[in-house]
Amino acid sequence: MRSTAVAQVGRKRPIVPRLFTETVLILGKDLILEWRTRTRLNALIFFSFATLLMFSFALGPDTKLLKENAGGYFWLAILFSSVLALGESFRIERENASLDGLRLVPIDAKAIFLGKALGNALLLVLLGILLLPVMVALYGVTVAMGIGRLFAVLALGSMAISWPGTVYSAIASNARARDVLLPLLLFPLVLPALLAAVKATGLVLHGDPMLQLGSWLGLLIAFNLIYWALGLALFPQVIED
Amino acid sequence: MRKWLRPAVGVLGFAMLVVGAWFGLVKAPPDREMGDVYRIIYVHVPCFWMAFLAVTLNFACSALYLIKGSWKLDALAESSAEVGVLFGATGLTLGSIWARPTWGVWWTWDPRLTTAAIMLVSYAGYLALRRFVEDPERRAVWSAVVAIIAFADVPIIWYSVQWWKSQHQIQSSPKTVDPQMVFALRWNALAMLALLIFFIWSRYRIALRDRQQEVALPDALPPARTTPVQASGALK
Repeated sequence: MRSTAVAQVGRKRPIVPRLFTETVLILGKDLILEWRTRTRLNALIFFSFATLLMFSFALGPDTKLLKENAGGYFWLAILFSSVLALGESFRIERENASLDGLRLVPIDAKAIFLGKALGNALLLVLLGILLLPVMVALYGVTVAMGIGRLFAVLALGSMAISWPGTVYSAIASNARARDVLLPLLLFPLVLPALLAAVKATGLVLHGDPMLQLGSWLGLLIAFNLIYWALGLALFPQVIED
Repeated sequence: MRKWLRPAVGVLGFAMLVVGAWFGLVKAPPDREMGDVYRIIYVHVPCFWMAFLAVTLNFACSALYLIKGSWKLDALAESSAEVGVLFGATGLTLGSIWARPTWGVWWTWDPRLTTAAIMLVSYAGYLALRRFVEDPERRAVWSAVVAIIAFADVPIIWYSVQWWKSQHQIQSSPKTVDPQMVFALRWNALAMLALLIFFIWSRYRIALRDRQQEVALPDALPPARTTPVQASGALK
């Protein structure tokens, strides 16, 4: 079925760009792999639950403090989990040299980047949705500005971690000491995104009397655009031999 | 190039720094508000200028490397990042020492301080990556990618932290400052520039020889990664 699709590309411009179909293929492949084992998602869920619990213990039973900073704990839990998720997403490609196989198909390196990054972002959004009730229960927060805006912040923040994270994960998965390297490279880089996501989440949870939400969301969107473009431009270089 | 040029730049830099210390500590008048404490500015500010120059050079070399691969560009990128981290760390430490008597704290979440600190960590990560990858070609490409991504983060960090309240004093322009002060600052900056060139140049020579050695004698290096192919090859 795909061979015909590829053959058509040679003759005339296809209605759906090839980059898009390949991205969907990669994304679908990763989601199927994830669904068949569910190891990664299970591990992530319990890891992030544990992280949220840890914050409650580390910062004492001061419920007011916990409630005030709930957004920060929520995003730190997601950020820590993202390191596991990102690392795993290229570890599975290293086994049996399947990344080389993908490139020989040939799949466009940009499609691998987009598919992997969207897959990771999707995983983080899912994780965030699952963490939300836990956060509400543990820290006693209420969502002041509606669940829709919270979802937008979650999606933007997860993508902001995923774009550079996917590039760095492809690099770190082939280096020595990759478990140290990925957070060392990624954490300082995503700091502005983390700051914006935490602030925006805090505003959505506790209300936004000064109308600051827009500027933090703007920062998140700008961060996403910059690293989406840089990732598209640089990722092919990373996996080229 | 002439053999004596590189050491000469180094000697010149150190000598200028000694004279610059006299300009800064003795010749320049004390500040109206801060008294003598402000004199740390003559090393603190040039350190950051040089760190920023080095990081910009690192970015330029990394971007050029991806366009036109050359071991010289890679070696220059490595040396400029290392020297940049050195100057940045020195500048940050000096700034912290200055902040204690003037602001009353060692550290504050000011945009400039925070950006500098985050950049320092970013480039430490870049240097760590260079140590963790043995294959010289991959290391060059990957570190170039990381350098570009990290450099693009500078303005974003800057704006994101700026929305917190800023405490750093506004940059003085030469018009509002005593000419003696301006002169001392410029002199010290030139001295630091000579030192920066000397350091990067010296480090570059070592880095370039490392690359040549790695490329010429790949078997003399410790095994890069134990891939299944290599492991089976060793068994035979």
